[in-house]
Amino acid sequence: MTGRMRLPQGGLVKRDETLSFTFNGKSYKGLAGDSLAAALLANGVHLVGRSFKYHRPRGIVSAGAEEPNALLQVGDDPRTEPNLKATQVELVAGLKAAAQNAWPSVDFDVGAVNSLAARFLPSGFYYKTFMWPASAWKTYEHFIRRAAGLGRSPSRRDPDRYDKTFAHCDVLVVGAGPAGLAAALAAGRAGARVVLVEQDHLLGGALLSQPGAAIDGKPALDWVAAAEAELAALPEVRVLKRTVCHAAFDHNFFGLVESVTDHLPQPPEHLPRKRLWKLRAKQAVFCCGAIERPMVFADNDRPGVMTASAVRSYINRYAVRPGRRAVVFTNNDSGYGAALDMEAAGIEVAAVVDTRPVPAGPLSERAEALGLRILSDSAVIAVEGKKRVRRVRVAELDAEGKNWVGAPQVIDCDLVANSGGWNPTVHLFCQAKGRLRWDDVHGCFVPDKAMQWGQHVAGAANGAFGLGACLREGAAAGAGAAADCGFAEASSAAPQAENHDFLPGRWLWLIPGEQPLGRKAKHFVDQQNDVTAADLRLALREGYSSIEHVKRYTTTGMATDQGKMGNVNAIGIVAEALDRHLPDVGVTTFRPPYTPVTFGIFAGRDVDDLLDPVRRTPMHAWHERNGALFEDVGQWRRAWYYPREGEDMHAAVNREVKATRDSLGILDATTLGKIDIQGPDAATFLDRVYTNGWLKLGVGRCRYGLMLKEDGMVMDDGVTTRLGEQHYLMTTTSGNAAAVLAHLEDYLQTEWPDLRVYLTSVTEQFATMTLSGPNARSLLAEMTDADLSPGALPHMAFTPGKVAGVPARIFRISFTGELSYEINVPASFGMAVWQALMTAGERYGITPYGTEAMHVLRAEKGFIIVGQETDGSVTPLDLDMGWIVSKTKDFIGKRSLTRADMAKPDRKQLVGLLTSDPQVVLPEGAQLVEKVLPQPPMPMLGHVTSSYWSPNCGRSIALALVKGGLARKGETLYAPLADGRVIPCVVAESPVFFDPEGERLK
Amino acid sequence: MLQISCPHCGPRAESEFSYGGEAHIERPKDPAALSDAEWAEFVFLRDNPKGLVLERWNHALGCRRWFNVARDSVSYEILAVYPMGSPPPALEPRRYV
Repeated sequence: MTGRMRLPQGGLVKRDETLSFTFNGKSYKGLAGDSLAAALLANGVHLVGRSFKYHRPRGIVSAGAEEPNALLQVGDDPRTEPNLKATQVELVAGLKAAAQNAWPSVDFDVGAVNSLAARFLPSGFYYKTFMWPASAWKTYEHFIRRAAGLGRSPSRRDPDRYDKTFAHCDVLVVGAGPAGLAAALAAGRAGARVVLVEQDHLLGGALLSQPGAAIDGKPALDWVAAAEAELAALPEVRVLKRTVCHAAFDHNFFGLVESVTDHLPQPPEHLPRKRLWKLRAKQAVFCCGAIERPMVFADNDRPGVMTASAVRSYINRYAVRPGRRAVVFTNNDSGYGAALDMEAAGIEVAAVVDTRPVPAGPLSERAEALGLRILSDSAVIAVEGKKRVRRVRVAELDAEGKNWVGAPQVIDCDLVANSGGWNPTVHLFCQAKGRLRWDDVHGCFVPDKAMQWGQHVAGAANGAFGLGACLREGAAAGAGAAADCGFAEASSAAPQAENHDFLPGRWLWLIPGEQPLGRKAKHFVDQQNDVTAADLRLALREGYSSIEHVKRYTTTGMATDQGKMGNVNAIGIVAEALDRHLPDVGVTTFRPPYTPVTFGIFAGRDVDDLLDPVRRTPMHAWHERNGALFEDVGQWRRAWYYPREGEDMHAAVNREVKATRDSLGILDATTLGKIDIQGPDAATFLDRVYTNGWLKLGVGRCRYGLMLKEDGMVMDDGVTTRLGEQHYLMTTTSGNAAAVLAHLEDYLQTEWPDLRVYLTSVTEQFATMTLSGPNARSLLAEMTDADLSPGALPHMAFTPGKVAGVPARIFRISFTGELSYEINVPASFGMAVWQALMTAGERYGITPYGTEAMHVLRAEKGFIIVGQETDGSVTPLDLDMGWIVSKTKDFIGKRSLTRADMAKPDRKQLVGLLTSDPQVVLPEGAQLVEKVLPQPPMPMLGHVTSSYWSPNCGRSIALALVKGGLARKGETLYAPLADGRVIPCVVAESPVFFDPEGERLK
Repeated sequence: MLQISCPHCGPRAESEFSYGGEAHIERPKDPAALSDAEWAEFVFLRDNPKGLVLERWNHALGCRRWFNVARDSVSYEILAVYPMGSPPPALEPRRYV
């Protein structure tokens, strides 16, 4: 036998396939087809965890996605996953599960003392107690999180793979219960491309738990089997089992998570564990069914208290007896279904307690005819038994249902099956911003109007609870969706079935207990978050009247179940307390995901090397071979510095900087953005996008340009060269190339479509290397046929030529203040030319330098780097670069420079900064103050943007943005550091620290 | 994720596009003639209506062309796609409370 509570026959489990598993280290046996919850119940295990706040013993209450209690840690580290619902985990051989919110064990849990202290743990307790003093929160948090943790993360990285799939369909059908199957059949028969999604591993939905149901005069499950076979045969229909549609986004875009291997004891290598489907549908039909609502009565969280529909599932689908002697507690007809099924399965039904004065409905009548003991107009007012229900006390209700009357009677039982009505599963409909309306008769919110086009709801999800109506609505919605996609309606009659729903009902939101509310017993509304009816009342007393505020204050409806069972009860209790009609209180916002989704699915294969594309220059391998360390610049990997044996970064950078100024350095500058600009109006265009004039630049000449956004702030800078009459090459900052191209295209296409200008990104078409230093001309002259004489190629000029036999563009431009040549060759020749230059340059001691040395060299000259000296709030005037701003023409951003704000004397301006002690190097980002106060806060004047040791100046140098800095030259400022040091420094007369006359460029 | 019909490439996912803000804001012909307030209106101030919005989109990961879109900012329904420089098509106003 696979458990003492297994029924001798029936169910959809495979009796010849026994599976071993462990729970909390103890071995059990279950059957293939069991859920983990079913297998535990078959072994008589109800107690599966401790509650979040009070550590109360908790049992399995449902058989589906709404489960708030049976959240288990499944699997071994690192394949362990927390918070899995035992009701949804398929049993596999060797499965290991453990309770997670209990220490040392579920049977004896230290945290249960919280239960004794419950009077001191009201809602908002954490806010009220631990938020003061603010600095201590970090200490409290550690202990609170540990005490209230829901499971553990794996300690190592996830060894599994996850995939993503993009898909399109005509009609998405969510849910393969009777409505969903009918919808998929109707749409599929019409020829539509259909995706049918079912979270379970079996199709059929509620029919799986209702063996007596009949469709077209035959057993319902025969119809399900025939439907599945027909769908499999339709070429345009895809059925995804074990797949949750967890999110509905805009324009009928859906997120689905398919569980591919979790149910396999030995997953094959080639399969991903899960697969994320990103699905775009033309039409969507939500057939998500309904979730049974529990009733809110005293100590309704005791293990052994379950929903009536869960009891039916365990008996009928899994052939498990959830108890030996049961009390059914209901306010509608559907609870009697559990009573009838239990009676048939040999479970003693001690009583059916019905809040309705007159039990009515087809199931109630059958129970009466069977002679079951029915206590009408009554309620369960107390539950006894801490780790398992032992008995209940039942009393008659008054006319209002607010109080009990008479003498309570005691009924022994180990199971309470309760039904408080049904809530349509409207989550996806509401995520897509569909509107709900309150159905007074059925006592639930039902879909009203979809916000997005092409969305339909059918069956119980739509408030049509009878089987006949489910089939009818499903078929109509499926056919309608297919027709809206342009498919002719196939003529097939909807399947027929009886159409009873669960009416009549008596909707009582709060069942009175023996004591006043909040005294001794607890009426749980949200079991996962340990929120009681008393907590809701407290929140209202404290002034939270909006349901969104009540939710956040009490945490009702949060966490992994998102209030699937408790939310409507919470709204009902709040409405009653406020004396308002329930729908006037409103619902909280539904957000994705419907059920929790593992993080791995979002990462998919985009991890490690595939996380983000890496861009490497053609000379990358050379840098690697020669010991370069690299830094990331955008997606580029750039050589940072090239340490030699025994050198630290400081020594290496000093050597590179000195060698460049003393003889010859070479830099891989391939990453500079390059935009090819052609067309008769190219000069006019450049004149509009740069702050300086471009109309008179001659062919073969280069010019530095500054580009602003319309708000007047510096966006980018770089050198642009006129290659030909109508041909320019623009260079941009390495990290900014794409943004600059987009900026230029925007203006060309939208503001100045009359300009004939054509832009092409050529960044990756060319390898760029910069020779810099006094010997740059000597080396290059040996390698090229171009005339490099100062007369033929002066500073800021361009010539084509061959370098090392390769066609090249040679630009005489300088970012170091030295004689420099920037050489562009086709990217595929980059490595060859670089190596040729390195070999020929040996006699000059040619030294490769990285980005760090480049930064030092340019800072010695006071050259800015956009993004380092600027941050989107700096104008050319702030940079003291008024010389590059044209007074005579308009350009993007010009008008902003004369706004009143731009003339304020306290704008942050770029200045040079010299520490009083030349040996001290300021940290970049250091804040500057005029006067040091004993402790922060103190008025801040600005910050250090660049700071280096300059081997050429023999001291530290820095650039800074300082309020009114240009008027502060010679003033002493202070940089108070986090480590307590205060560094005095003087605002320099000029930010150009080296060769201020520019002699070396000649 | 919206599905946007690029006039050149057809319906594509929003992730291929970049957003360009409110449409039909023309760069002033003579910025120097504007007061600070008028210039600020052009550079900084945008409408944020509930209902019909006219906005610019660029098929950045496709043909890189800019175009205009008329969209309902509540339902996100795209009501029209039309070229740069064209006036918006006649559309029913959308009313939401």
